[in-house]
Formats: sequence, C-alpha cells, structure tokens
Amino acid sequence: MNITPTPRPPGPPPKAADGARIEVSGLTKRYLTPKGETFTAIRDVTVTVEAGQFCSIVGPTGCGKSTTLAQVSGLETPSAGSVKVGGNLVEGITNGVSYMFQADALFPWKSVLGNVMMGPILLGTPKRQATDLARDWLRRVGLAGFEDRFPHQLSGGMRKRVAMAAALINNPRILLMDEPFGALDVQTKAIMQNELLKLWEELRPSVLFITHDLDEAVALSDRVVIMTSSPGSVKDVFDIDLPRPRGNVQEIRHEERFLELQGRIWESLKDEVTRAYAVSAGAA
Amino acid sequence: MTTLTHSETRKGEKPVEPESAAKNAGRIKARRRSASIWIGRVVLAVAVVGGWQWFTTEGWVDKFFFGQPSEIWDSLVKLFTEGTAFGTIWENLGVTAQEAFFGFLLGTFVGVILGILLGSNKYLSAVVGPYIRIVNSIPRIVLGSIFIVAFGLGVFPKILLAAVLVFFVVFFNAFQGVREVDQNLVANVRVLGASPYQVAMHVTIPSAMTWIIASLHTAFGFAIIGALVAEVLGAQKGIGLIISQAQGTFDPNTVFACMVIIAVVTLFAESLINLLEHRLLKWRPPNRSEAQAI
Repeated sequence: MNITPTPRPPGPPPKAADGARIEVSGLTKRYLTPKGETFTAIRDVTVTVEAGQFCSIVGPTGCGKSTTLAQVSGLETPSAGSVKVGGNLVEGITNGVSYMFQADALFPWKSVLGNVMMGPILLGTPKRQATDLARDWLRRVGLAGFEDRFPHQLSGGMRKRVAMAAALINNPRILLMDEPFGALDVQTKAIMQNELLKLWEELRPSVLFITHDLDEAVALSDRVVIMTSSPGSVKDVFDIDLPRPRGNVQEIRHEERFLELQGRIWESLKDEVTRAYAVSAGAA
Repeated sequence: MTTLTHSETRKGEKPVEPESAAKNAGRIKARRRSASIWIGRVVLAVAVVGGWQWFTTEGWVDKFFFGQPSEIWDSLVKLFTEGTAFGTIWENLGVTAQEAFFGFLLGTFVGVILGILLGSNKYLSAVVGPYIRIVNSIPRIVLGSIFIVAFGLGVFPKILLAAVLVFFVVFFNAFQGVREVDQNLVANVRVLGASPYQVAMHVTIPSAMTWIIASLHTAFGFAIIGALVAEVLGAQKGIGLIISQAQGTFDPNTVFACMVIIAVVTLFAESLINLLEHRLLKWRPPNRSEAQAI
C-alpha cells in the first residue's frame, strides 16, 4: 500500500481508485441487551457511496447512524445483509479505513507528533520515516511547531486538527466520520469544515460523514442519506449537485441552489425528527 | 494583550505597571501562605509530641504502657549504637526492607498481569470475578500463619504474605484501569490495523497505568505491613521480630522506635514512587487544585 501521500498538482481533482466504492446492501444489525432481548438498531439499510464521493448520513438521534459506520469499518459484523468495499465483502477490519469521532480519540499520553505517527507506525513504517510524514501532516493542518505538546494543552479546534492529520496520514481509501465537529463552537466548526474539504479534495477518499447538522451535510456532501428513526433504515437519498470545489462553506449557505436543496431535505427529515422526539418524550 | 493596550493608552499619565505590581503582590501572598502552613505544621507536631512528653512526665498517662518521646529517642539511639539481640539494626532493617520490596514486586507484577488479563477478557472476568471477591473478603493476614507453617521461618513466607496483600490492591486498580479505557481509542487503532498485542501496548496498558501507579502508593504500605506481621508471627531476623521481642519484655519505647524507623523507610519508598509517577505520567494535565488562585 502506498502510504506516502504524493503531492498533487493543482487542477482537476484526481480520480479515486475503484477500490474505494462502498456498497451497503440490506444491512441489519441487532444487539442483544443484557436481559436477553434483541434490539434492532438498523434494518435493511442500503446505501452506495461511489469511490471518492462525500456522503453524509443525517437522521434523528439514536437511529443507528454510528452502527452503520461500525459495520462498514468491520469493527462489528452485520446480523444480516452485507457491506462491500471495492467489491470485496467486509470481513474483519477493512483495510485503508480511518475513523474520526466526535470525542477526539487522541492518546492523552502521547505528544501531538506521537499521536499523528500512530497510523504509519501501526502499518510497520520505520520510525524515522513515520516522524517525517507526521511532521509534514502537522504542517498541512497548520500545527507546525506544536509537535511536542500534549493533547490537553491544545484547544478543541487544534485537537480536531490533530485527529484529522492522524486520520488522513495513512492516505485512507475510506474516511468514516462520526459527528466529527459536533462538539465544536460555530466558528471553529466552519473553519474545520473548510479544512476538511480542502484535504479531501487533495486525497479524495470516499467519505461517510454522520451529522445532525443539515447545513453541514449539504455544504460538504455529494450525497445526503436521510435515515428514519429507530430502527434506522434509509428514507431518502439526495444528490447534491452544487459545483466543486465548494469554496467557503459559510458563503455557500446563502446560494439559492443550496437553500432549495436544504429545504427539500429538511421536508424529508422533519417528520423523522418529530417522530423520534415524540417517542423519546413519551418514554420520559 | 489587554494589559499591553491598557498601559499604552495611559502612557505618560501614570508610571505604574499594573502587571508587575500584581505579580509582586501575588508572590508576597503565596509566600505568606506557605509560611503560615509551615508554622501550623510545626505547632501541631510540638503540641502532640510535647503534650505526650508532658502528660507522661506528670504521670497523667502511664509511660510504662504508652512510652515517652524522650525514651523512644533513647531506644532509637540504643538500637543504632548497641544493636539488638538479633544483630545490628541495619541487618534487621535490611531483612524487612528486602521482604517488603520483593513482596511488593511480586504482588505488583502478578496484580498487573492478572488485572490486565481479566480486564480485557469479559468471559474470564465473569468466571473468575466472584472468586476474587471471595478471596478478597477473607482476612488475608491470617494466611501468614499458613505460610510460616508451610515455608518455615525464612524470608520467603514474608515475601509471600506481603505479595498477597499487595496483589489485591494492584489487581483491582489494574482491572478497573483496563475497564476505563476509552473505547473510541481502541476502535480507532483497530481500524488503523492494530493487532491485539498492539492495542494492549499502545492503548490498554498506558491507559491503565494511571490507575496502577495510583495503587502503588497504598500497595507499598501493604507490603511493609505484610512483612512486619509475618515477622511478628515467626522469624529469625527483622523489625517485626524486634517488635514482638519488645512486646514480650514490656518495652513500648522500642516498639515506637521501630515504628519510627519503618515510617522513615516507607516515606522514602513513597518518594521513589512519586518520582516514578511524575516520570510516567508527565503527560497528565496539572491538577487544578494545585494551581491556587492568587
């Protein structure tokens, strides 16, 4: 596997390899509660993410969005249905996948450099090479000079940058993002979204991006999948035809086409959110 | 930043530098606080030891049973100059320290290994868990008698008892430490292709280290207790033997003198553990309560 990200010339975005196409078909996941009852988290989910496509999943709380990601990464095995990555059935951990969580999954006992180095180190890259690569990535996310800091010494936005560098350093085919910017303040969030888009346009991994923020989903994605409330299944799929590169996500929000798409998607999402809220309010 | 612009706007009006003035005031305040703490400590020590001395001199408290600070000091001097019936004090202290140290190592080692093993294996912990709780509820100190009957009066049964006491403290902490590992972190490295061994080396063990090291402070105290009690139960050398001998001759001062010696050893060991803690856990954010508000 080629782990050194080759600097790409500016121009048309590179065509991603076909090995990055994600096909989720008929995916169902049931969990066994400690009492021995089964709980269906997702039912019959079918989604396709083309190679190099940016796909967002939006849905009410607890609709199994994270469960879907766990099946794609191979961390969990589906109860029924299948996940294929690049035409190969996912069994065990999928190769060339990176994860980014809402809580920044950084090693608190490792320096910033040590954190970013983990990816190549786990692939068996020699330490010196991994260090150089990590330094390069820290520079790319604008954290040159912070190599020796520990995560607790950084701000939330800086920690996100570290997590992003750590997720992208292995040049993954697939990037799974589970509400990565959910805990950030609005300004930092916008900056990080732009940063993500910039890096994504350079590397073009296939992205599955979970979010609650419809604006975020529309601004970033090529495709938005709406999921129903629990048990989750796919309700609607919208293709976003806003031109790439998107530029500043804050400005795109005011474009007519954006508002039109956002309005249509919200129509679809609204019912689910209301229903999920009614259920949780009734249970409380 | 704000103070800079502040002083700039007031340039020429007042030659005061609020920043350095505040710094100075803060430093004086901090110095005064630490002085008052030290005065309090000295007063407390003088009150307790002096009161003890006074009460026993006046005869309100019988020094035959409760000893007297000045006589404890005499016993200490005697222990170090004349030695004991079982050789010099250094020899005896060496034996006890050795027992406690090896017991500490053995107990910690087994505790960490089993704690991590059970902590990371749900099935194993479900099977073994209840038994460990049962053994934990047994008064383990009594095991000392069995060890001495089984292994004689040498050093080994003392090490064993110290290790048993240390084991449970370390084990429960290591176990809990592994359970508290951030699952996101584990998922993250697994996705990056880490083998179970790599997950243990890079995530589980470093993460449990905080808990394990916290337990070592208590654990060393237990190691000393184990060694001493086993010596009291039966030994040929050691501080515990001196204590039980002194008990037999109604000599509370020597018992207290031994307590002082052990306390010094434990404090020394504690400072070594602190050093280790700072070394291994230097990544931790500073404790908020340590940074006092000025």
